[in-house]
Amino acid sequence: MLKIENLHASIAGKEILKGLSLEVKAGEVHAIMGPNGAGKSTLGNVLAGRPGYEVTAGTVTFNGINLLELEPEARAAAGVFLAFQYPVEIPGVNNTYFLRAALNAQRKARGEKELDSMQFLKVVRGKVKAMGMKPDLLNRAVNEGFSGGEKKRNEVFQMALLEPRLAILDETDSGLDIDALKQVAEGVNALRSPERTFLVITHYQRLLDYIVPDYVHVLADGRIAESGDAQLARELEAHGYAWVREHVAPGVEA
Amino acid sequence: MATQPEEVQAALSGSYKAGFVTNVETDTLPPGLNEDIVRAISARKHEPEWMTEWRLQAYRHWLTMKQPHWAHVNLPEIDLQAISYYSAPKKKPKSLAEVDPEILAAYDKLGVPLHERNKLAGVAVDAVFDSVSVATTAQEQLAKVGVIFCSMSHAIVHHPELVRKYIGSVVPQGDNYFAALNSAVFSDGSFVFIPKGLRCPMELSTYFRINAGHTGQFERTLIIAEEDSVVSYLEGCTAPMRDDNQLHAAVVELVALDRASIKYSTVQNWYPGDENGKGGVYNLVTKRGECRGPDSRITWTQVETGSAVTWKYPSVILRGDRSSGEFYSVAVTKHYQQADTGTKMTHIGRDTRSKIVSKGISAGNSQASYRGLVKVEKNAINARNHTRCDSILIGKKCGSHTFPYMEIKNPTAIVEHEATTSKIADDQLFYCRSRGISEEDAVSLIVNGFCKEVFGELPMEFAVEARKLLEVSLEGAIG
Ligand SMILES: Nc1ncnc2c1ncn2[C@@H]1O[C@H](COP(=O)(O)OP(=O)(O)OP(=O)(O)O)[C@@H](O)[C@H]1O
Ligand SMILES: [Mg+2]
Repeated sequence: MLKIENLHASIAGKEILKGLSLEVKAGEVHAIMGPNGAGKSTLGNVLAGRPGYEVTAGTVTFNGINLLELEPEARAAAGVFLAFQYPVEIPGVNNTYFLRAALNAQRKARGEKELDSMQFLKVVRGKVKAMGMKPDLLNRAVNEGFSGGEKKRNEVFQMALLEPRLAILDETDSGLDIDALKQVAEGVNALRSPERTFLVITHYQRLLDYIVPDYVHVLADGRIAESGDAQLARELEAHGYAWVREHVAPGVEA
Repeated sequence: MATQPEEVQAALSGSYKAGFVTNVETDTLPPGLNEDIVRAISARKHEPEWMTEWRLQAYRHWLTMKQPHWAHVNLPEIDLQAISYYSAPKKKPKSLAEVDPEILAAYDKLGVPLHERNKLAGVAVDAVFDSVSVATTAQEQLAKVGVIFCSMSHAIVHHPELVRKYIGSVVPQGDNYFAALNSAVFSDGSFVFIPKGLRCPMELSTYFRINAGHTGQFERTLIIAEEDSVVSYLEGCTAPMRDDNQLHAAVVELVALDRASIKYSTVQNWYPGDENGKGGVYNLVTKRGECRGPDSRITWTQVETGSAVTWKYPSVILRGDRSSGEFYSVAVTKHYQQADTGTKMTHIGRDTRSKIVSKGISAGNSQASYRGLVKVEKNAINARNHTRCDSILIGKKCGSHTFPYMEIKNPTAIVEHEATTSKIADDQLFYCRSRGISEEDAVSLIVNGFCKEVFGELPMEFAVEARKLLEVSLEGAIG
C-alpha cells in the first residue's frame, strides 16, 4: 500500500532524509522511533506534501499512485492523513464547520456525494461518542486556545471522522494525560482495519503498550537504521539510541 | 451555517458577477457642470425653490474648493466636466408594477428581487438605478406604522419639512470637496424616518447600481430616528464592468435622537477595475451620523470589496451624553485597488463610548489603509474608545497601512489602540490543505475566520452574502 524507496528530501538546502526506504502493507501498524531531529516529522510532512520540502531523489508509491506528484489536498482525498506534532490554530473558524468543509472537500474530490448539515451532524455525534471527544471543543475555533492535550485529541478526532487509509500520527501521545492516552489508543485501535495503515511516530514505549505495532523502525540520520517487531521498542526503552548507533554501521549519528 | 458548495463554486467561476450592462432608454443631461445643470437637475425632480437654492449655495461653495489629495491613494484629477450629472430611465414608474422589466431583470440578476415576496422575507428594498430610485417595496406596510421609507426625491416633494430640517445638519454643504459637489448635484438616495418609540418592524435596504456609462452617481441618504426608536438599514452596491472609471460620490447623514439606535450596514461591491488597474468605480463617500440625543447609538458596519479607489470614513458625532458609536469594517483590496477607509469618532457629550474594529485584507498589488481619528472634546468627561485594527496580507506586492490619529482635550479620556499585521500563515494553509481543503478555499476560510467579529454584526442573510462576496473577491488572490 505504501512503498518508499531511497527517499532524499531537504529543507532550506539542508538534506534531512538521506535515502530512506520503507514498505508498509495494508492493515499494518508501523511505529517510527528515533532521536530528536532525526527526520521523523520531516518524513510525515513529505508524505503529506508540505510545501518547502524538496524531494531530490527517490519515490513514494501509495496504492499504485505516485504520491509525490499530488497536491496536499489531493493526497488527503486519496486517503493520507497527518496528525500534526504541533496542530495549527485557525482563529474564528468554527471547528465543526472546518471538519465539514474538509470531509466534503474530500468526498467531492472522490466523486462521492457531499453531506448536508443534518447528515454531517449525525456522523459527528457518533464519532464524538466513540472517541470521547469533548463536545464543546467542536463549537470553538479550530485549535484556538485548546490545551496541548486537547489539540492532540482534536487531531485524532479529525482522523476518526475523515477515515483515512494511511494515518500518520506524529507524536500524538506527547502532551496527553494517562487517561487521554488510553482513550486515544482505544480510538486508534478501533480504527484498525485490514484496509487502514498507521505510521505511529513516538518516543515512548507507553503508547506502544496500548497500540501494539506490527513493526518498529528506528529512524536515525535520515534513514531507517534498524527495524524489528514490538520487541525492538522495548529494547530501545531499556538501552537508548546509543545502542542503535553501536548496533548499526558506525558514522551514523543523530 | 454554511453556504451551499454549488453556489460557492458558481460564484468562484465568474470574477465580477455584477458586471453586466442593462439596456434601458435613459434621459441623460449633457456632460458638464454649471449653475444651469444644477437648476436642470432640480427642475427634473420638481423640487421646491428652497431646495434649488440650497443646491446652488453648495455649488458656489464647491467652486471655491480643490480636490483633496491627503488620503493614501493615488487619485487622478477627475475631469468633472466630462461627467453627466443626471441619468434616469425614461419610463418613470408610478408603482412597482410599472417598473421597466429590464430593470427588474437586472436586479434579479443581482439577487435583489423587488417583488412582493420581499415583504415576506421581512426586508423592504429601495432600488436606485443610476440617478433615480426605481422601486420601493413594502412602503404601504411601513407607512401604516408611521415609518417613511422612500426615495430622497419623493421625500423632498412630500415631506419637505422633515428634509429641510435635517438635510445638511450632519454633513454641511461645504464639509468637503466631494460633499459640496454632492450637495449641488445629488440625484437620489433613500430617506428614512422612524417616529418616536417605534422599533422598525423590518430591515430596510437599498441597492445602488450604476448602469449608464460616463455618469456619476451622487447618492444622498438621510435617516432620522426619533426618540426611543430603532432601525437597521443595509445598502448594497454594484456597477457594470467598464473601461473608464465611474464616479460615486455619496453623502449619508444619520440622526439619532434621545435613546434611538441606528444600525447602518454596507456591502459594497462596485466594479474594482481589472487586474491591470483599468476601469473601476471611484467611491468617494462622506458618511456621518450624529448621536444627537442622550443614550443614543449608531453602528456602522461595512464590507468593502469593490471600487478602484475608496475614500470613506463613516463617522459618529457623539453629542448626547452616554451615547455610543461603533464602527466595524472589513475591507478587501486586490489587483490595483486602493482603499483609504476608517472612521472618525468625535466625543462631545459625557460618558460617551466608541468602538472601532477594522479588518483589512490586501492581495495583489493593492494598497489598503486604515485612517482613524478619535477626538475627545473639552467637556467630554469619561470618554472611552477602543480601537482594534488587524490586517492580513496575501502575497508580497500589496501593502497595508494604519494611520491612527488622536486629539484628546479632556484628561479623563481612556483611548486604547491595538493593531496587528500578519500574513496568512503557511502552516495554516497547509493544515487546511492536508485535510483536503483546496488552497483557494483555505484562504477564504482563514480570511472568514479573521473577519468573524465584523460579519457577526451584519444581519443574518447579509452575513451569508458578505461571506460569498469575500470568496469571490479572493479568487485567484494566492500565488
Ligand atoms: N525549516 C527548516 N529549516 C532548517 N532546518 C529544518 C527546518 N525544518 C526542520 N529542520 C531540521 O530538520 C531536522 C529534522 O527535523 P524533524 O522535525 O523531522 O525531526 P524529528 O525527528 O521529528 O524530531 P523530534 O523528535 O524532535 O520531533 C532537524 O535538525 C530540524 O532542525
Ligand atoms: Mg518531530
